[in-house]
Formats: sequence, C-alpha cells, structure tokens
Amino acid sequence: MDKKIVNVDRRTLLAGLGAAAFVPMTPAIVRAQSETIRIGFPVPLTGPFGAEAQDQVRCAQLAIDQVNAGGGIGGRMVELLVRDDKLNPGEATTRTLELIEKDKAHFIVGALAGNVQLAVNEVCRNRGVIYVSISQSDTINEAGTFSRFTFHEGLTPHMTTLAVGKHVFPKARGKRVAYLVADYTYGHETLRAFKRASQQFGMQTVEEILHPLNTADFSTFFPRIMAAKPDVLCICNFGRDQLNSIKQANDFGIKKQAQITVPVFLYAQRRSGSPAMFDGIVGGCNYHWTLEDSVPSAKKFNNLYRAKHNNTVPSDYGAYGYAGVSSLLEAVKKAGGTDTDAVIAAFETVKLDTHKGPEHYRKCDHQAVQPVFVVESKPQAQMRNEFDVFNIVSVEVGSEDNLRTCAELGHKA
Amino acid sequence: MTLDLILLQTFTGLALGSILVLMALGMSLIFGMLTVPNFAHGAFYMVGAYAGVVAFRLTDSFVAALVCAPLAVALLGFAVERTLVRPLYGRGLDYPIVLTFGLAYAMIEIIRILFGKEGIPFETPEFLQGAVSLGFGYFPLYRLFLIGVCVVVVGALYLCLEKTKFGLVVRAGANDPEIVRVLGIDIRTIWMLIFGLGTGLAALAGLLAAPMRGVTPEMGIPVLVEAFVVTVVGGMGSLAGASVAGILVGVVMSLTSLFSPKFAELSMFALMALTLIIRPRGLFGRPGLTG
Repeated sequence: MDKKIVNVDRRTLLAGLGAAAFVPMTPAIVRAQSETIRIGFPVPLTGPFGAEAQDQVRCAQLAIDQVNAGGGIGGRMVELLVRDDKLNPGEATTRTLELIEKDKAHFIVGALAGNVQLAVNEVCRNRGVIYVSISQSDTINEAGTFSRFTFHEGLTPHMTTLAVGKHVFPKARGKRVAYLVADYTYGHETLRAFKRASQQFGMQTVEEILHPLNTADFSTFFPRIMAAKPDVLCICNFGRDQLNSIKQANDFGIKKQAQITVPVFLYAQRRSGSPAMFDGIVGGCNYHWTLEDSVPSAKKFNNLYRAKHNNTVPSDYGAYGYAGVSSLLEAVKKAGGTDTDAVIAAFETVKLDTHKGPEHYRKCDHQAVQPVFVVESKPQAQMRNEFDVFNIVSVEVGSEDNLRTCAELGHKA
Repeated sequence: MTLDLILLQTFTGLALGSILVLMALGMSLIFGMLTVPNFAHGAFYMVGAYAGVVAFRLTDSFVAALVCAPLAVALLGFAVERTLVRPLYGRGLDYPIVLTFGLAYAMIEIIRILFGKEGIPFETPEFLQGAVSLGFGYFPLYRLFLIGVCVVVVGALYLCLEKTKFGLVVRAGANDPEIVRVLGIDIRTIWMLIFGLGTGLAALAGLLAAPMRGVTPEMGIPVLVEAFVVTVVGGMGSLAGASVAGILVGVVMSLTSLFSPKFAELSMFALMALTLIIRPRGLFGRPGLTG
C-alpha cells in the first residue's frame, strides 16, 4: 500500500485510482502530510490557440517534474491536471469547477484568452482558490475583477504595448496609425493600451477595424485599411488569427506602405509562417529562448526543455506555463504547505528568477513585475537554426513604473 | 469612399465567393441527386487541404497538388458513399444527416491524430505571390488565380452536365431515378460518382484556401456553415443557384465590410433570411425536392 503512494508521481490513471482508494483508510494527519499537491490547468488545447496551449502544458509539466525529482515539497509530490477549455468561457468555468470540486485541485493555473481567464478567475474567486493566470490581461488586475486569490504571471497589454510603442512609434514614417483588432477582451484591451501608448508620441488613429475571433479570411478589411494610408498598422489579435491576418496583409502588399506591429509577436505563429512573410514585423514578447546568451535561468530552463523534448526549445507561451507553475511552487515551498492564506502571503513577498531574470509580484494587484522584450523577425540569412526567429531589439526592464499605478487600478493603498 | 475602393472590395468579394461557389456546388450536387444533406462537406474540404499538403510535399508542385488532392478525396468520397451512405437511401433525411455529422467529427479527429492539432503552414506558391495592378488598385495575384480556377471549374462542370451523355443521365436521375433504372441504367454507380465529384470539389476548395488561411483540422467548420447559407440562398440542389449565390454572398460580405466591418458576418445571414422570405425555395430552387 505504501508503495502506491510513492508511485503517484507516475501520474498513471491506475496509480491515481489506487491512491484515491487508499486515502480514505488513512488517518487524517498522515493524509495531509503526504497528499499530492494538485494543480488544475485549464488551457485551450483544441482550437486556434492550440499550438500555444500545448507548449504551456509541456512547460508546466517540466516545472513539476523538476520539483518532484527533488523530492517534492515537504515530501509531497505535485501533480498537473490538464483540461481542455476549448477557448470557451463557459467550458472553462465548468472544467475549473470540476477541478476544484471533484478533483480537489489545490491551485488553478492556466487559461489563454482574456475572456476565458476572467471566467476562471471568477470561479476561483468565489471558491477561494488561488489562481495564477498565464495570459495577457489588463482587466484581471483591476479592483473590480481582482481578488486576493488572483495572481497574474502574464504580461499586461499595458506593459507590452508601452514597450513596443516606445520602439516603433518614434521611428515611424509618419503619425498615422491603423488598428485591426480581434473583437474580444484581449483585442479591446490591447487596442486601448496601444492608443494610450501612441498618444505619448503624438500618433493619430486613422482606422480601427474589429474582426470576429477566429476569422479565416481577413481580405475584406485590407482595402479599407490601405485607403486610410497608415504609417503603422497595429494588428491586435492572437494565435492563428495573427498568422492569417499577417499572411493576408502581405498578399495585399501592406508592408510596402506601413510598419506592421503586433502587441505580442507569437513564437509559434512566426514558426508557422516563413521568414519572408514576417520580415520586418515588430512585436512584444515575454520570453525568447535566445535570452540564454545573457540570462543563466533562461539557459537552465531551455536545457530542461531540450533534454525532455528532443533538443527543441520552449516557446514564449510555454514559458508562461513554466513561470506560472514554478512561481506558485516557490510560494508553496516558502509557505511550507498548501494553506491558502500562507501561500498568498508567501507569493506577495517571494523574489523569483524562474527563467528570465528577476521577477516579483506587486502586492496591490498581484501583477508579476518582469522584463518585457521587443523582438523583430529575423531574415532567413541571419537565422542560426530553425528556432532562431527573433532579434531582441529592445528590453524594458521589470519595474513597477511600467505598470498602471495601484490607485489607477482602483486598489486602496 | 472612392469608386476604386468599391471595385477593389468587389474583387475581394469575388475571391471570397469563389471558395463558396466550389463548396456549394459540391454540396448542391450531392443534395440534388442523392437527397443527402452532407454535413461532412466541411471535413472533406479540410481533408482536401491536408491531401494537397502531402501531394505538394511529394511532388513539389502546386499544380500537381491541385490535381491529386481532389482526385484522392473523390476516391475517399466513393468509398464513403459505397459503404456508409448507400445503406441509408430511402430512409428519409435524418439518417444521412446524423451519419455525415458524425463522419465529420471522426474525420477531424483522425486528421488530428495523423497530423497533430496545431495545423500545418502552407505558403502561397512562388509563381502566385505578390500583387498585380488592376487599374484601380493592387490585388493579390493568388486571389486572382483563385477566381480564374473557379470560373474554369464552373464552366467545365456546366459542359459536363449539359453536353455529355453522363450529364444527361445525371439530370434524368435527379428528376426521376425510377424511370432511369427502368431504362437499364445503373443509377447507383452514378450516385457514387456524384458523391465523389462533390467531395472532390470540396477538396479543391480546401486546397485553394490553404495558402490564404492555413491548414488546420477545424478549418472546415466555419466554411460548412457558409456553404449551407449559399446553398439555401441559391436553392437546395440547384447548380446555377450555388454559383450565383456563392458570388453574391462573397460580394455582399465584402461590401458590408467596407462600410461597416462589424456587420460583415451578419450580412450573410441577413441575406439568407431575406431570400427565404421573398423566395422560400431560394433563388433557383425547385419545388418538392425533399419530398
């Protein structure tokens, strides 16, 4: 019987069932000490963000394997419970509720879309379960949405567009900016943040088009955009939408007229297209594996990934998965257990360097204060290998000055 | 709002409509002849794109892929008709609906298992990259090519159905399969060929869409909805209807997008509702097809 508990880290269904059958017979105290730490992980495995989501799972598992290989936390092994939220807030709500009620998850990490993470946040807030969000959102930090259980590892659109804007707007050929925006939370938030950043540089909005999430054909929007004669085109969408919109913008020859800029330049989408297609496009990112040239923790993270995944490298969104789970487990370690209040207190003070240099969570809104990178797609001739797709052209160091103030977010000092 | 912009937007709509025409033609053929509402049509579109990717990798020629992929999917269509659809003839509409609905899910899942969930990138073939001047603005060469292919296919299909003996049998079979059978013609083979032709057309549409939209397991789902709208607007089972309505839906969506991008998607359904109110059988619909 004891052997079974040690075996839980195999995460096989059988061992899980065995442990579950065993648990009720054990005295409560023993159970608390040896009980597996369960992290629920709802992400959109199927659908247009699938590529990003799958790497998040791989990297989150990496963080867990690392802790388990070191004997777990206080002898307790950690388990990742992956669920497909199908990029749907309703589905995510159901899956998260199941994870909390049925699977007895101690923590929730995940969700990869503005509206979906707000749905997951709502469930966790109501149930008093710590949630580490690993995708972009501004709203999640605001007083109306935030709860003390909410932690945001993802960058905020405010942070990324500020970094990207500082790099792009002063260099633009003129002051005219057009926006092509996915019509959902993330799109709206990045649009708002981009406009705010653009005002600092005296830019003027000449066109603003909202497109439905998961659009296959963007062609009908381009004649109108071209007619507005923009100097910068900001494409505020995500996943496959980003790939298809840039691809089709290229077909229409928009690059000749305007600098194409994206708030987040996605590694997986860049890899799915050709260097020529993305040539000259600039965007923000939370992580690129070539950071390892200067950051030791990035090298360690990359090497872990290389060893497990056939010498490939982790993606930007994969890094979020790793960071979210690693940070949480650091806080659990510091708190000495899974007690929610203790973990929250530890989270607010823990100093981290999981994979990209120093990082900490701001106390008022639990936003991860971290560096933002601005990258430009590399031309084919400069690429060292197939993974070497970006030049890091600017680094915005992690500082609370780059975040909206606690007061602006509605948090009391 | 200049005339140039409206013309450019109209051409964009024509390219959008071309994909819809190819999809709706296949769907209409199958429904008109076999009375099977093919809910797996989007899945055949998707399989066509994947078959095209494989063919392109093997031959390194986009033109070869354009020939091979529809043929391969047509063969798949033959097999599906022979083994799955045929036993359901004469049992009403609901049986083939449930069958093709399930088949679509199975096909998507099989493709996910074989090629992964992430999708495969597909570049515009080199000789079709770039934009050309149409006199009123630059238009992507590939989309022009797409419109051309659509015109050729519709023309060939028209000649085949109107001018050949095969076409005569097909048209007779659509009108009264009983009489055709009495005349000693094996209508079952014709039905199998039609199902293959329809799915082959879907495959062609899928492969043609691939360089613009990428290749993913779920790529057929939104297109299926659009194709149904076109088929309904054009009249279930009418080939002329499918062609006219496909172009119409494409151009209406495109022009709506010019004036109010938010309403572009809605415009397609508004057009359908309007058509159904004024002409309940669609623009070119025949009475009594669903018995």
